[in-house]
Amino acid sequence: MKALAELYAQQFKTTLAMMFQYRASLVIWMIGQVLEPLVYLIVWSVVSVSSGGSVGGYTTGDFAAYFIVLMLVNQFTYTWIMHEFEYRVREGNLSFALLKPVHPIHSDIADNVSSKLITLPIMILIAAGLALAFHASLSPTLWAVALFIPALLLAFIVRFLLEWTLALAAFWTTRVSAINQSYFLLMLFLSGQMAPLTLLPYPVQVVAGTLPFRWMIGFPVELLLGRLSLAEALQGLGIQAVWVLAGFVLLRIVWRAGVKVYSAVGA
Amino acid sequence: METRKRAVDGKQKATSPAIHIKDLRKVYIVSRQEAGTRAALQGLVQRRRLEIPAVDGISFDLAPGEIVGFLGPNGAGKTTTLKMLSGLLHPTAGEVTVLGYIPWKRERAFLRQITLVMGQRNQLVWDIPALHSFELNRAIYRIPQEDYRRILDELTELLELGPLLNKPVRNLSLGERMKCEIAAALLHRPSVVFLDEPTIGLDVTMQRRIRAFISEYNRRFGATVLLTSHYMADVEALCRRVVVIHHGRLLFDGDLSRLVQKFTAHKTIIVQLGDSRADLRSYGEVVSYADGRFTLRVPKAKTARVTERLLADLPVIDLLVEDPPIEEVIERVFAQENP
Repeated sequence: MKALAELYAQQFKTTLAMMFQYRASLVIWMIGQVLEPLVYLIVWSVVSVSSGGSVGGYTTGDFAAYFIVLMLVNQFTYTWIMHEFEYRVREGNLSFALLKPVHPIHSDIADNVSSKLITLPIMILIAAGLALAFHASLSPTLWAVALFIPALLLAFIVRFLLEWTLALAAFWTTRVSAINQSYFLLMLFLSGQMAPLTLLPYPVQVVAGTLPFRWMIGFPVELLLGRLSLAEALQGLGIQAVWVLAGFVLLRIVWRAGVKVYSAVGA
Repeated sequence: METRKRAVDGKQKATSPAIHIKDLRKVYIVSRQEAGTRAALQGLVQRRRLEIPAVDGISFDLAPGEIVGFLGPNGAGKTTTLKMLSGLLHPTAGEVTVLGYIPWKRERAFLRQITLVMGQRNQLVWDIPALHSFELNRAIYRIPQEDYRRILDELTELLELGPLLNKPVRNLSLGERMKCEIAAALLHRPSVVFLDEPTIGLDVTMQRRIRAFISEYNRRFGATVLLTSHYMADVEALCRRVVVIHHGRLLFDGDLSRLVQKFTAHKTIIVQLGDSRADLRSYGEVVSYADGRFTLRVPKAKTARVTERLLADLPVIDLLVEDPPIEEVIERVFAQENP
């Protein structure tokens, strides 16, 4: 445990050094992270204003709050593993990782957590600025704030486990970008990134809730916005916990199978 | 194929081998696709599977502390064998143990004691100084701080890393990067070291430095080293014993000098004559000639007689009998197998 903590601390330093090297691309990437929800915010504000100040229970101020909180949740749960794994397998870096006496997932966890710790303060400042500019109306109850924190953490874990598992597709195919594209499209639609899920047709809502997507982004946002009852919130946390468990089991199975393929066909 | 009783000294005889391979095979299954649209469409429905034996039943042992050169042309199966030894590849058949472990299980205790350096791949993080990657490896291998300091100092001195450690890896030259790669791979002081083309693409000075370092590492820590290289100078300088494979099969396993004896039917005689117009064609094949200096190729059995005649018949200033260069020998070994 202590050794693992040491590894995480070291990875934090490495990630910091890397981000420092990539300052320019980091800024560009963060602009992207801000712009996407901002576009939806503006579109929905316009829609809301033109239909008399509210759509489907969301006022213009609610939309602003929704997309600003979403921006933060997305930032907190985002990973880039799916883009990286293909490269790792192709370039043979994975071989080095497999020869280390520690599971390669640890450096990914550490890397992701580190970069979040570094970028999150900036994102919170941006979010605060946007909230003022767009008159976001956010007045969460105390319990909603309290439950938002575990919901956010669980959302990150679910998303991390799922994306790490999907990234392992690189073991079977060298063209994972098709899988990534479909995943991100589903994500956009079903996680609440494009619009609050309650505004979508009912069948879509059911699909979004059955699949893990809502639990990776939409759920914590709805929770903080006060859209859920206490019972719904607790139930949501339970579903997230189930997804964590399922994701963990799935990851182990796929990882083992993937490594088996990798060591059969050559690295 | 040659089986060989290893000549080990008394001390090592009792110990079990550090590396043991017996009848090792690795068959890759690849799907083949012919050129052309029709073949491509066919490929969508039904792929033709092809079995390619990369390693086809090889056996050898390495005693602890031994440095062995692992030779063979491109595609001979060297890298595949090294990957099976380090645990990256699962063998199709046969036995393989390293330090008593079965490599593909990749047990932590095993991984902590080995390393694999691939001259064409790199493990260092590209955009930041190598020191960060070293520190990461320290944490990964759980090297205690004080040991780490000492080992790093040692490696820094032996490989002259001083000015390189704080430069981003991408700004290092190929040779500088390779030195850092090697250092990163040896921080946990592995007792078994697999080196796949560690000097590829490096200039002669850098090759020599890395060679000297490998030799020193082996001497200091008694590490077992299996090394592949295309540069025979590496092998000559480091390895008394060589294992030669071709098309996945073992061609030779023994002393380098015996390889030369076994596969060369000729010797080279270099004579410096006072008379530069002499015709030496009757003594042997004249390979080159310049300023009274003749290089002759003569059958091994005739060497003594030809030398005698040269000395008796001609105004010889200097005479040298040599084995052909090792590159040439190796070339011939592969050529024999590949008519």
